[in-house]
Amino acid sequence: MTNTRNISTIFKREFKSYFDSPVAYVFLVAFLVLTGVMTFILQSYYERRQANLTPFFQMIPWVYLLLIPASTMGLWAEERRTGTIELLLTLPVTLMEALIGKFLAAWAFIGIAIGLTFPIVITTAWLGDPDMGAVFCGYLGSFLLAGACVAIGIFSSALSRSQVIGFVIALSISLFMLIIGIDQVIGALAQWRVPSRIVNGIASLSLMQHFDAMRRGVIDFYDIGYYIGIMVFMLSAAHFVTESRKAS
Amino acid sequence: MLTVSNLTKNFGSIQAVKDVSFTVEKGEVLGFLGPNGAGKSTSMRMITGFIPPTSGSATICGYDIVVEPVKAKQCIGYLPENAPLYNNMKVAEFLNFIGKIRGFKGKTLKAKVDEAIAKSRLESVYNRSIEDLSKGYRQRTCFAQAILHDPQVLIMDEPTDGLDPNQKFVVRQMIKEMSADKVIIISTHILEEVDAVCSRVIVIADGKLVANSTPDKLRATDPQGRMDIVFRNLTMPEDLNND
Repeated sequence: MTNTRNISTIFKREFKSYFDSPVAYVFLVAFLVLTGVMTFILQSYYERRQANLTPFFQMIPWVYLLLIPASTMGLWAEERRTGTIELLLTLPVTLMEALIGKFLAAWAFIGIAIGLTFPIVITTAWLGDPDMGAVFCGYLGSFLLAGACVAIGIFSSALSRSQVIGFVIALSISLFMLIIGIDQVIGALAQWRVPSRIVNGIASLSLMQHFDAMRRGVIDFYDIGYYIGIMVFMLSAAHFVTESRKAS
Repeated sequence: MLTVSNLTKNFGSIQAVKDVSFTVEKGEVLGFLGPNGAGKSTSMRMITGFIPPTSGSATICGYDIVVEPVKAKQCIGYLPENAPLYNNMKVAEFLNFIGKIRGFKGKTLKAKVDEAIAKSRLESVYNRSIEDLSKGYRQRTCFAQAILHDPQVLIMDEPTDGLDPNQKFVVRQMIKEMSADKVIIISTHILEEVDAVCSRVIVIADGKLVANSTPDKLRATDPQGRMDIVFRNLTMPEDLNND
């Protein structure tokens, strides 16, 4: 049984705590600079002479890889290190309510960062006539991908009282989940004579494959279901880990 | 109002708490005594629902802490050891957060927060960031969060640890003011505290309950009436206690 009032109270506290320190602003600036540099310089946005957001959406998973673990690493580790976990979990809230509140706060924070990339859309619309449906799908995909990465981050943060360990584990899991779907890895697996059914099976577990479909403008309930599945799985794992190790 | 039966906690092969049972009634201030590492904090963490017992149970206001944790926790106010607080919040903001989690809103919320601030003498730091507070104010802020909902059971883990004599006096004063209509449990290894506030004493050593009595009766077991000697006899292994 979960109480939405409790979730909302915890959500507000966590969300606000991002903005209580300069961390949030440093994070948002870093996010925007990184996405900008990657889109316009690494992906040569202008030289492509195409009015679409492909270069932006191709780069966003790699920005997430670095920045989402940084924004989630403290969610449980800090509660453990300072002992506030004992305060929080002896209040009349369930662990699941606390977990969901924290998860939604971190996801909403990344949502703001994604929203602030809107000038790229304006630039593209100014230069040409992009397919706004595809832009919407890309943003929806980016948001869902962010949710999956945040869930991975909150699980990693629950593993240890050290934020650094939380960061490194989240980065490792996310990196693994991303690269099993990129062409180079799939190609290499095929070259090693791994049966194509297994290669396809591995690739279909990748965060990247489902995102690629969405940024091309295809919304499939299968892809949406995949991201929700990853979030549910990671939050359940975080629940299990926190429950069994909260006193250590 | 609070019943603990056969509470046991194992951490791997180490038995931290062994078969502890006791009950506390309204109006009592129970001193939970024992040397460092005796199992006081572990027992309190089980009673407040932070960690599950390996076996045994704790019942608070009729609710089993394992079976109905949320209802049991509504009856408890808890001051954990070292007064953990969210450092990036302001005192008032933190108490508002606790009040909302406790189910208050609007005018009632404001009234409850104001009352907790007054009772804990926090008016002067109302708008200060928690990370800038001194140890005494931190302790009192955590105390304020524990009493905000006027709980029937108040559990405090070493509430005066690390405070100066004046601050200790204030905390004890606050405990006395509230003791009439509550169950209060305080853990401590400071013996003077027992005389200052407790109406009953439980001594725990090496995870086991070794005494459950009133301070006067406990003191009477020593010919000279010295509490420190009584405490040592109860909690120190015999071979170290021969001088």
